[in-house]
Amino acid sequence: MSEILDLTAAAAGAAVRSGELGASELFEFYRQRAQDDQLNAFTWVAEATPGEAAIDGPLSGVPLAVKDLFCTKGIVSQSGSRILEGFRPPYSATVVEQLENAGAPLFAKTNQDEFAMGSSNENSAFGPVFNPWDVTRVPGGSSGGSAAAVAAGSAPWALGTDTGGSIRQPASFCGIVGLKPTYGAVSRYGMIAFASSLDQAGVLTRDVTDAALLLSEMVGRDPRDSTSLEYPGSLVLPTGRDLSGIRLGVPEELTEGVEGIEPGVRAVFDDALRTAESMGATVETCRLPHAPHALSAYYLIAPAEASANLSRYDGVRFGLRVEGDGDLKEMYERTRSAGFGPEVKRRIMLGTYALSSGYYDAYYGRAQRVRTKIAEDFNTAFESFDFIVTPTSPSVAFKLGARTADPLAMYLSDYFTVPMSLAGIPAISIPAGLSEGLPVGLQIAGPAFSEQRILEAAYALEGAFAFDASGARRSGSK
Amino acid sequence: MTTSYEPVIGLEIHVQLSTKTKMFCACELSFGEQPNSRTCPVCLGMPGTLPVVNARAIDFGLLIGLALGSEIAPRSIFHRKNYFYPDLPKGYQISQFDIPLCLGGRLGEVAIHRVHLEEDAAKLTHQGTSGRINDADSSVVDFNRGGTPLVEIVTEPDIYSAAQAREWLTLLRTTLRQLGVSDVNMEEGSLRCDANISIRPVGETTLGTKTELKNMNSFRFIERGIDAEIARQVALVEAGQTVAQETLHFDPASGTLTSLRSKEDSHDYRYFPEPDLVPIVVTQAMLAQAHAALPELPAQRAQRFELDFALTAEIARMLAFRTELGDYFEAAVGSRDCDDPAAIASWVTGELVARLGDGDPGDSKVTPQALSKLVGLVSTKQLTSGAGKSVLDRLVADGGDPAAVMESEGLAAMDSGDELAEAVADAIAANPDAVAKLRDGKEQAIGALIGHVMRETKGRADGGEVTRLVREQLGL
Ligand SMILES: [Zn+2]
Repeated sequence: MSEILDLTAAAAGAAVRSGELGASELFEFYRQRAQDDQLNAFTWVAEATPGEAAIDGPLSGVPLAVKDLFCTKGIVSQSGSRILEGFRPPYSATVVEQLENAGAPLFAKTNQDEFAMGSSNENSAFGPVFNPWDVTRVPGGSSGGSAAAVAAGSAPWALGTDTGGSIRQPASFCGIVGLKPTYGAVSRYGMIAFASSLDQAGVLTRDVTDAALLLSEMVGRDPRDSTSLEYPGSLVLPTGRDLSGIRLGVPEELTEGVEGIEPGVRAVFDDALRTAESMGATVETCRLPHAPHALSAYYLIAPAEASANLSRYDGVRFGLRVEGDGDLKEMYERTRSAGFGPEVKRRIMLGTYALSSGYYDAYYGRAQRVRTKIAEDFNTAFESFDFIVTPTSPSVAFKLGARTADPLAMYLSDYFTVPMSLAGIPAISIPAGLSEGLPVGLQIAGPAFSEQRILEAAYALEGAFAFDASGARRSGSK
Repeated sequence: MTTSYEPVIGLEIHVQLSTKTKMFCACELSFGEQPNSRTCPVCLGMPGTLPVVNARAIDFGLLIGLALGSEIAPRSIFHRKNYFYPDLPKGYQISQFDIPLCLGGRLGEVAIHRVHLEEDAAKLTHQGTSGRINDADSSVVDFNRGGTPLVEIVTEPDIYSAAQAREWLTLLRTTLRQLGVSDVNMEEGSLRCDANISIRPVGETTLGTKTELKNMNSFRFIERGIDAEIARQVALVEAGQTVAQETLHFDPASGTLTSLRSKEDSHDYRYFPEPDLVPIVVTQAMLAQAHAALPELPAQRAQRFELDFALTAEIARMLAFRTELGDYFEAAVGSRDCDDPAAIASWVTGELVARLGDGDPGDSKVTPQALSKLVGLVSTKQLTSGAGKSVLDRLVADGGDPAAVMESEGLAAMDSGDELAEAVADAIAANPDAVAKLRDGKEQAIGALIGHVMRETKGRADGGEVTRLVREQLGL
């Protein structure tokens, strides 16, 4: 069935529409691939293939894998955590419903870092995910299962979520496309929250066209999410061929003299910029003066919100409960001690501390002010530039276990992606080349609601890069 | 020299709004349904769910703010108030913190600090002997109440006696009822009150250490509880001890105060802006709508009664602070059977309330027109006030027309003819002791003679006329 394996989601959909391929056959193909997965990318795989009638719509029955943290009615939704082990919500996330209605049936759920806290997928209660390019390496995180599944060809496309880079960084590590939309463009209803003001659903796909296709059915205001917004206009499949007149800004603060950016990554990035110039773009240094503080602000704001979002896991109504000799407080402590992993506990403590009276202004309050400054920096930069470009991550996929003992080294993995998250702006990662045989992603960020323009530019560059990911697609599944 | 102390009281009132649905989800409010039947993933705090603000609750909040003369924040935000408790499914309550919907204001004599919106907690029932969670055999949670819209009204420390607190709460309750925003029923918990109490030597302007009296469930208990706490604090200070800041529970059965080893006393709620909600932006249209929906409020009504009907402030308030009394009074005045509104007001607040208690006179057998006629008969001296009270007794029992009752019972006032003179002569003959005392200059002895006449005439005689006749016949 190698023909099916090599079809992008859009191409598979076209084949279904033209009658060359049965939707059930397509579903069954991927269901089987997921069942045979060797990367620990999945936490649930459908047991049967639905009938043809259920998979009608613009997405033509191309089956969808979604990150574990999206609630799926009657199907385990555990956010990678022991505390939600076996939790089957009586409702589905808005975005999952939207995509099912548009003809993308759910066929599998993917592994992730617990509560989306992590950059390597090593924080999952259900075990680490392996990178299909090199199974001794991490796939990135927190949407590591989705990224590995798409890269390994065990899912045609997948949903992920991005809080500080959790779509873009694993997309970069796995050599696929990952797009985080504008904050508010896609409903958060039914997404098990990590940090509410940053969490955003997005797509992980084989190419830019698939990203545009999937995203076009996700955006829009949801009355169940007050922070969601009416999407201005609609998204269409990109057709961009060149970059003439496009002004690319390379933030000096993020790329000059930054320690830890790997030379191989730097080289791929520089090549990508030269390619862009050859396609008509201008490349200049830009300023994001507050961006170097983004990571510090992020690691106060996100844990603070998480510390409250995770309070509902108290053993009273759902999920894990460990009884405490008749004492309420003991039940809370035992349940949460047993249910949460170390990284989650670390962030709950960090967030609780940042919000404590007497520390609020110095930590949370200050971080919010930095966040405002960063958003202002981007606004200023976009007066002179169409897009800001950076490497997606300072490194290629690292070895399993290489950074687990050093949280700060792990956090640095999101150095280039966190500023955009704080500003709430859209950004895509596309594979731009290889370093030491491993993929390197290029990040393109634009102003709020500039997804269509980002997709056009990414589509043009994708054609020029001609990145070959077919090797990874043949590994990872029996 | 002994110091005398003055209490300073502030109130925090939680009011359940009578919207159709809950504060942040589409569940209908519960009125004693099966436990946990009015719930959904949102109000159960299930993973991934999000709150959506009930627009009606904001409208109600605006009505309350306008009624209390508060400043309405053009943009206010919700915060998360974090603490663990089984009645709080998300582990935080969505409330307002530093930017509430309404700031400042005044109701009657009491200044308002703020008014804000929040969600109610679920209802916990502890099984076992103590009724407390710590030594309960088990506890069950009913989430029907969880998420009910609440408005919290906080006064300034601007109340100086327990009686004033009670009277002011009556005004607040009537105001809220008039606005139609709540059932304001203390027994059912739709109106709940905490009091912050401190004392200080009279003349001081700084506030003493305050204690908080929690969750009193009737106006009577509030008054008694506050009085008990004031007495406790005064006794402490007079014994040379200091008042500790604590939360107390008043047991109305025993009249005692007990300290709650409160989960909240030393709590750090770690407030921060609720990221799942957008700010409440109050538009001109919303304000205009609220203004238009504002009915006449008790304080305004009392003022109108004072001005239009020349009532005393006290009587005007008694009528206006009980909406049903005010309505009845206005109907009685409107029937035009008596042109003395002050007399009608006095009969309504005095004689009628004495007979009906807390009952609504509108539901009684005495129509406003009948009362008005009755007062008219008394004003024109066709009926003495004593006989008028007898007629009112009959009206309360059986209804009917006061003039007809007066006739059938033979209660019409006597004119000062021979019949009355005879009755006075009989009284003088029957009370030689009183006559002797009266002749000795003991004026109060005349009471026995008047009483005799009144008994014999069933109160139909005019007291002044009887006095005149007694003196005339005794040659005094
Ligand atoms: Zn509900």
